[in-house]
Amino acid sequence: MSTPAQKNQQQRRQFLESMTRGAGALALFATGLSVLSRPARSLPAQALRPPGAAADDLDFQSACVRCGLCVRDCPYDTLRLATWVDDVAAGTPFFEARKIPCEMCEDIPCVKACPSGALDPALTNIDDSRMGLAVLIDQEACIAFQGLRCEVCFNICPVQGKAISLKRSHNVRTGKHALIIPEVHSDYCTGCGKCEHACILQEAAIKVMPIQLAKGEAGKHYRLGWEEKQKAGASLVTPDQQHQYNLPEGVIYDYEGEGLKPAPALQPANDDTPFKQSALDRLNQGFK
Amino acid sequence: MATKALQIGKDARQQKGWLRAHKWLLLRRLSQLSVIALFVSGPLLGAWLIKGDMSSSRVLDTIPLTDAFVFLQTLFAMAPVEQTLLIGAAIVTVFYLIAGGRTYCAWVCPINMVTDGAESLRRKLNIKTRINLSRSNRSILLGAILLGSLFTGTLIYELVNPVTMFQRELVFGMGFSWAILFSIFIFDMFFSKRGWCGHLCPMGKFYSLPGKLSLLRVNASKRDQCNDCMECYVVCPEPQVIKPALKGAASETPVILSGDCTNCGQCIDVCAKDVFTLSHRFTTPITEKLESSQREVSL
Repeated sequence: MSTPAQKNQQQRRQFLESMTRGAGALALFATGLSVLSRPARSLPAQALRPPGAAADDLDFQSACVRCGLCVRDCPYDTLRLATWVDDVAAGTPFFEARKIPCEMCEDIPCVKACPSGALDPALTNIDDSRMGLAVLIDQEACIAFQGLRCEVCFNICPVQGKAISLKRSHNVRTGKHALIIPEVHSDYCTGCGKCEHACILQEAAIKVMPIQLAKGEAGKHYRLGWEEKQKAGASLVTPDQQHQYNLPEGVIYDYEGEGLKPAPALQPANDDTPFKQSALDRLNQGFK
Repeated sequence: MATKALQIGKDARQQKGWLRAHKWLLLRRLSQLSVIALFVSGPLLGAWLIKGDMSSSRVLDTIPLTDAFVFLQTLFAMAPVEQTLLIGAAIVTVFYLIAGGRTYCAWVCPINMVTDGAESLRRKLNIKTRINLSRSNRSILLGAILLGSLFTGTLIYELVNPVTMFQRELVFGMGFSWAILFSIFIFDMFFSKRGWCGHLCPMGKFYSLPGKLSLLRVNASKRDQCNDCMECYVVCPEPQVIKPALKGAASETPVILSGDCTNCGQCIDVCAKDVFTLSHRFTTPITEKLESSQREVSL
């Protein structure tokens, strides 16, 4: 029939063919699965991970085994597991701040429940968690920017006064009132989502987003002159110049603070006059 | 032909009675349903015997259990190893090293009820399937999944794994997995005989690995009684595993040692001659009499 050499060749052919087929199928499967994984790689803007999840969602996804123990131990039903129809990787836990925000339990039961370390067990103080970052994203809709008093986000914030503070500025529309504007500070914001949940608008003007989406970053080489100057104790480039102005007599210019003000020597010696520099001081003095 | 399909197991039923001819099937269904009941009793009745899902759970709020396949994927995705997860996976691995690797498939996995249903219906209606898949697909898939996890740094297969997805949605509320399950049913019934569990599911392939070493095994201990009715080959989900044990040389072990065997016991149920029993792997080979050597000649 066939000589041993022919048989050998045939076997070699078969071996090569089966190897090629196997390798091809393997490459195809691996590629297909990798492509499938792509949409799940970035978190949708409105989905937040539980406390202690890695900042890079891919790191979280590599560790999370999708068991739902964090969901089970969440006392407020904040967390839920993604299903196939969600944009979040199937089976992984997430929450939507506008629906149910994180209540920032002090004992962090979700982190304690996690068997895989996907929720970092080193997180013991909930204030250190960074689930996301609140952003006052629509300044046109936020009524504080219309000069109306609201401050609901400021008042509901669990890291009150630190994560959200209020900044006063001039109300140009009326010319005589203040705008009281909430400001978020990323040093303190945990991303719990209570502000977004509480926002009185039909669609929240303040939204919590995954940090990598919300946070900008100046280049690593970027230096702020005044900070460098403070560190060095003196100007790093040209020597500081004393500014010279043609000022009226008895007035100085404090160019690092208050601006134009009376020279110290010229300030009134006694306080007898009812007309002090500031009308407020006069009011605070009360009636005598 | 349809009548022939109905003949399967008739001898066993007549000889042993209906109950004994369905003993292992009933036990398996009991086991599978109990596992589901254990997991859903928490969310449904508030009795938290087991919390979590079959990927990872906590028994009585203390003992961790972790699916060894999911754990392996996290290793390949280069996730840092957490002690709890490691202990859970170790417990599960040791369990299957004792109970038989793919015992997971036949006794625990809820998908098995669906694919068993599709297969028995296919057999009753005598549907001829056209797609012949290679059983080695499972190994290729398993390799691809682990490589994919390595390259992408995430558990890519868990995005689509119908097995864990269905198990999870049983416990956490149904999402979309019933549709995938239905597709598997249709695929197994009309397109590929034992297509999912027998030819595609990489999870089953993974569990066949500890199965190669596992203690609990099906044993063709009375193989000299075999009357060559071939019914065990028909009902077995992995028929290739039977022959070496049943028709092996006298010096070879009658124990089914292949990791692919799921310890489902369908061969035990269907055999009118009680050739098969469930035993451990260290059964000494029976030095058979003359007739076995005659049988080998006739084969």
